[in-house]
Amino acid sequence: MANKQLTTEELVARAKEVRRLIIQMLVRAGSGHPGGSLSATDLITALYANVLRFNPADPQWPDRDRFHMSKGHCCPLWYAVLAKAGYFPVEKLFTLRQFGSMLQGHPDRKTPGVESASGSLGQGLSIALGMSLAAKIDKKDYRVYVLLGDGELQEGSIWEAAMACAHFSCSNICAILDANGCQIDGRCEDIMGLEPLAAKWQSFGWHVIEINGHDMQQILSAYDQAKTIKDKPTIIIARTIKGKGVSFMEGVVGFHGRAPTEEEARKALEELA
Amino acid sequence: MAEQLYQRDVYGQALVKLGSLNKNIVVLDADLSSSTRTNLFAKQFPDRFFNFGVAEQNMMATAAGLASCGKTVFLSTFAVFAAGRAWDQIRVSLSYNNFNVKIVATHAGITVGPDGASHQALEDIALMRVLPNMNIIIPCDGPQTEDAVMAAADKPGPFYIRLGRSKVSTMDNKGEFKFGQAQLLTKGDDVTIVACGMMVTQAFGAVKNLASKGINARLINMHTIRPIDSEIILKAARETKLIIACEEHNIFGGLASSIDEIVAENFPVKVIRVGVRNRFGQSGEPEDLLKEYNLTSLDIEKAVLSNISKNKQ
Repeated sequence: MANKQLTTEELVARAKEVRRLIIQMLVRAGSGHPGGSLSATDLITALYANVLRFNPADPQWPDRDRFHMSKGHCCPLWYAVLAKAGYFPVEKLFTLRQFGSMLQGHPDRKTPGVESASGSLGQGLSIALGMSLAAKIDKKDYRVYVLLGDGELQEGSIWEAAMACAHFSCSNICAILDANGCQIDGRCEDIMGLEPLAAKWQSFGWHVIEINGHDMQQILSAYDQAKTIKDKPTIIIARTIKGKGVSFMEGVVGFHGRAPTEEEARKALEELA
Repeated sequence: MAEQLYQRDVYGQALVKLGSLNKNIVVLDADLSSSTRTNLFAKQFPDRFFNFGVAEQNMMATAAGLASCGKTVFLSTFAVFAAGRAWDQIRVSLSYNNFNVKIVATHAGITVGPDGASHQALEDIALMRVLPNMNIIIPCDGPQTEDAVMAAADKPGPFYIRLGRSKVSTMDNKGEFKFGQAQLLTKGDDVTIVACGMMVTQAFGAVKNLASKGINARLINMHTIRPIDSEIILKAARETKLIIACEEHNIFGGLASSIDEIVAENFPVKVIRVGVRNRFGQSGEPEDLLKEYNLTSLDIEKAVLSNISKNKQ
């Protein structure tokens, strides 16, 4: 299904709308992870609006592009984008984390558009690899996108998967790294250094595109470039700001896994108006 | 002398058969394909076989991705690495997702032999049994291994099939294999012996010896551990009042625990555990290890004789 392409300006407006939804969902839920949801908002909003091939009326359409959120704690972002894409009504978003909701605290297949559960970090790149190999076996041309967190790269299984994606020449994989530089206990470089990220991925056989993950034009051209890469997987290393869009959350480690209070949410929504 | 087969040989051949019947079958291995015999499939269907190198966690979660696209995935490595190394991937990506992935773990139990403790999985049944959605089959011999593979291919959802390293004697006259339904191998009302895997052969030896002493033992091959056949266990509890549970596994968390849970809730009777008594294994030939860890026919016979009520002796 061809998506209606949004202009850069429309994408910026859509991303702001998604950020508002994230804040509204989290304050209603009373718990959840704003920081990483907001840092990856521009990347995933653009992906669903202009890049991904899918049909919300037929979530299991065999030729759909696949998206998987390996850093599952940022599912408020995923849910908001899925709702905007038409997978379910926006009102459903406000059941996040509630008893009986289809919107679990971490991704679950009962949510339309969610292909696989996640929440235990380090498994999503392997899931993407499996989807990629299935395309290869079935001679299908769908692409596989997976969102990784930078703290998540400390899981050894990510590097097992990184090695294998290159070994099997999975050019249909585009990993998106939300490099916001923060994890629960502090700055990634203080907790367990990850740099140089680009050199690491290159040495594992990946095509690396490094961008500002809040610049819509850079985001769109990175997705375009990734489609042209043959014989190797691509990773977009998106330099982002944790909590992006809400001044008092930006770069603040404490907002990794704490929902805003009513007052904080009010201020945040004012900023995102 | 009964026919002796390697279960993994039968497994490899069954995969090739399945591969021809069903184009959706994909097979994965982690650098052990010559030991697990998935190399037979690899040779026939190279486009549907992937070797992950020494990286079990990646293999397990990749299987989930393949299954999400409609593939039926069989994957193999040694039981210690399958159930132990990649347990979180099994929990979140396979079991929670309820994906169609069949873990066929070889080299389980003490009879791995000379490789020693690190390679002797004595905890894997326990690790798999606590996962919702997981189905567990422990075939007792070569032919039953094919039955298990075919049953797993037929039924959607995650499976754990546990195979040994060494040859096992083929048990005759087991009757038809039905997933989730245990097999009654001998009739008897004095005591019930429930066994799984290669311990079925040991148990059968014990039954013969007991018969010569005038004790009629009922022998049950509990090839499916989950979902377990609680009906046959409760019938045995009511009719024989004593159950001996035999497994090549720690006495905690495996077959014996499964039986304990059912009888404790419904009809409490004595359940005696013949298994590895909370120890690690060690190097040695399988026969020597079976003796050291009290897993022989004689040990089963002793367990019966020392627990059966005097009036039955």
